[in-house]
Amino acid sequence: MFESRLLLALIVVIGVPAATVGYVALVEALVQRLPHRSRGTVRPWLWVAPAVLLLAVFLVYPTLNTLYLSFFNADSTEFVGLANYRYIFTDNSVLISLRNNGLWLVFLTLLTVTFGLLFAILFDKVPYESTAKALIFLPMAISFVAAGVIWRLMYDYQPPMQPQTGTLNGIMAAFGGDPVAWLINRPWNNFALIAVAVWVWAGFALVILSAGLKGIPTEILEAARVDGATELQTLTRVTIPMMGSTIAVVATTMVIFALKAFDVVYVMTNGNFGTDVIANRMYKEMFNFTHFGRAGAIAVVLLLAIVPIMLFNIRRFREQEAIR
Amino acid sequence: MKRWWIVVLILAVTAAVAQGELGTAEEAALEAAGGEELGGSVSVLGVWGGGEQETFLEMVRPFEEATGIDVEYTGTRDLNAVLFTRVEGGNPPDLAGLPGPGQMAQFARSGDLVDLGEVLDMDAFGDQYAETWAELGSVDGTLSGIFIKASVKGLIWYNTNVWETEGFEPPQTWDELMTLSQQIIEADSGARPWCVAVESGAASGWPGTDWIEDFVLRQAGPEAYDNWYQGELTWTSDEIRGAWESWGEIVGDPRMVYGGAATMLTTNFGQGGNPLFTDPPGCYMFHQASFITDFFVESFPGLQPVEDFNFFPFPKMSEGAPESVEMAGDLFGMFNDTPQARALVRYLTSAEAQAIWVERGGAISPNQQVPLDLYPDPLARQSAELLTSAEVVRFDASDLMPEAMNNAFWQAILEFIQNPDGLDNILSNLDRVQQDAYAE
Repeated sequence: MFESRLLLALIVVIGVPAATVGYVALVEALVQRLPHRSRGTVRPWLWVAPAVLLLAVFLVYPTLNTLYLSFFNADSTEFVGLANYRYIFTDNSVLISLRNNGLWLVFLTLLTVTFGLLFAILFDKVPYESTAKALIFLPMAISFVAAGVIWRLMYDYQPPMQPQTGTLNGIMAAFGGDPVAWLINRPWNNFALIAVAVWVWAGFALVILSAGLKGIPTEILEAARVDGATELQTLTRVTIPMMGSTIAVVATTMVIFALKAFDVVYVMTNGNFGTDVIANRMYKEMFNFTHFGRAGAIAVVLLLAIVPIMLFNIRRFREQEAIR
Repeated sequence: MKRWWIVVLILAVTAAVAQGELGTAEEAALEAAGGEELGGSVSVLGVWGGGEQETFLEMVRPFEEATGIDVEYTGTRDLNAVLFTRVEGGNPPDLAGLPGPGQMAQFARSGDLVDLGEVLDMDAFGDQYAETWAELGSVDGTLSGIFIKASVKGLIWYNTNVWETEGFEPPQTWDELMTLSQQIIEADSGARPWCVAVESGAASGWPGTDWIEDFVLRQAGPEAYDNWYQGELTWTSDEIRGAWESWGEIVGDPRMVYGGAATMLTTNFGQGGNPLFTDPPGCYMFHQASFITDFFVESFPGLQPVEDFNFFPFPKMSEGAPESVEMAGDLFGMFNDTPQARALVRYLTSAEAQAIWVERGGAISPNQQVPLDLYPDPLARQSAELLTSAEVVRFDASDLMPEAMNNAFWQAILEFIQNPDGLDNILSNLDRVQQDAYAE
């Protein structure tokens, strides 16, 4: 077993680059035979062909197939028109998931950007900046599933008067309060879940925003100060507006993460107690209820929700490139 | 001279058969493999982890030793998703635990499961397994799954020492049970009559479904029970609503249950019975299946069955009502037809193999050739006897429902505990899911 895996690894490590080089060599050999004039037009297409092919097989085809399946019944044997979409927008439990994604979208984005910006600006002024940033960034290294497990322990609940094993309830008990069932009490349990995602992603927001902050030319800040602006005015009138595009990048990324939220919910509540999100719902429809149609329809809705944000991101990126 | 030997041999063999004595597990394994040391490996996917996984590995060890076949076991809590993905991806495990008869039917109809009628010696199988087990494992007349372990559901556990001190007697009817519960509340000792715990990861809520099923089976009867899981009796019907209301008398009353709603919802079913054994106790009764004894002993090593903990069956609703019991079991199906997988299926159905799990405790063998005296303690034996003595035996209804229905049932349990006043809403929501889930 082990030997065969090792062999496979060797084949992949040596074989893939070899095949790539081989392909380029082959293309060059073929291109050389073409008339000189058309070489320039043909070569880029041949070079990009493998990537296009892979994209078509692993991205375009599954997407189109999902769209196709979303118009069919559970085992894809009968055309049902828009029934699956009607189900998504009328079924009570799916509507709750959609509402929760709305909560995630607003609060995850707002909180990560706020914390990221706050930490970036505060840490910018201290000598131990890199240590502080590393601490905030650290949770990024933890997988979402592990974060979910860690926070389940943090939120753990024991009956009142029993020793509280959860960190938060331990603190509550130390101050004489009653334990709180963080993951169960509605609607706060949704925020308890979002807090975990904020804990993970705040570091990412911090690093990007901090880089944006460093990118602001010091001359401008100095000019503002010379003109008599207070620190607060410099911050709100110069620094933050100049970081606009960076903030937009972080915010749009967070919006996409919020729409795709899955792991934390799956691990911590499995969508019970009114905390379901549509990605988890999609998983349930697909793998538990084996309803290909509904799972497909949810995937399509999710995709349609994310596309405009991606387009916005790409446009922004292009504009910035154009300025440079 | 020679004849004399043959007579002795025949006598010895018949004596062994008559007494139901089992051979060694190694012999059974070798026989299952057709007398050959096959070698190779067989992959098994199941839900068992921790102690149960250890016991399963213990159960297949003689098989590995006798046949040289490697059993590669993977355990997952999310069996449904993992199994479905692997089957759809064309890479199924050789053998796998099936989440329930519903999914088994789905896999069987799409042709993923091997017909076990071709694998097992059906005459011997008929002697080993009661008709019910074969029926539950069959889809459209084809044997698609076998049970290798069973449990009795709806037992009410108590701490023997505490009950002796308090002078409590196991109640015979539901009314007696509620009277006892009231008595405990009025005594106001700080302990509650009941412990309830429904947390179970991705399957949270299932312990509550057992409660509802117990009520339906005894209040509305086996016919209503069958109609209900088959989707022909609505959730808002009087029969089913009545079951929820009866359960509501317990979980809807904060004086009845230890710790209240938050505790019921956050406590894992395995630890749910722990307050029975604390000093002073947190509660006096805990409703759970026969396998819970494993968890008691895991939390409090040294606890002895009968001496320290005991159970009484879920009481009848009225005197003279038939003795009813609910059971459940672990179903296994075969996805790849290899000689190794065939051998393992044959081995796992054998009385010799199942005796290993029985002796280690926590399981009842569906194979009736496993002698009752192998059960490690009187409680395990008693629950095994309960299955054979009851007039009405039914399989866990939620496991028989379509997965979407089962899932909604679990969630309804959680909602009901959180908000017992919302029963109307919960039931009409379940009706909607029922209409939808059975339609396919």
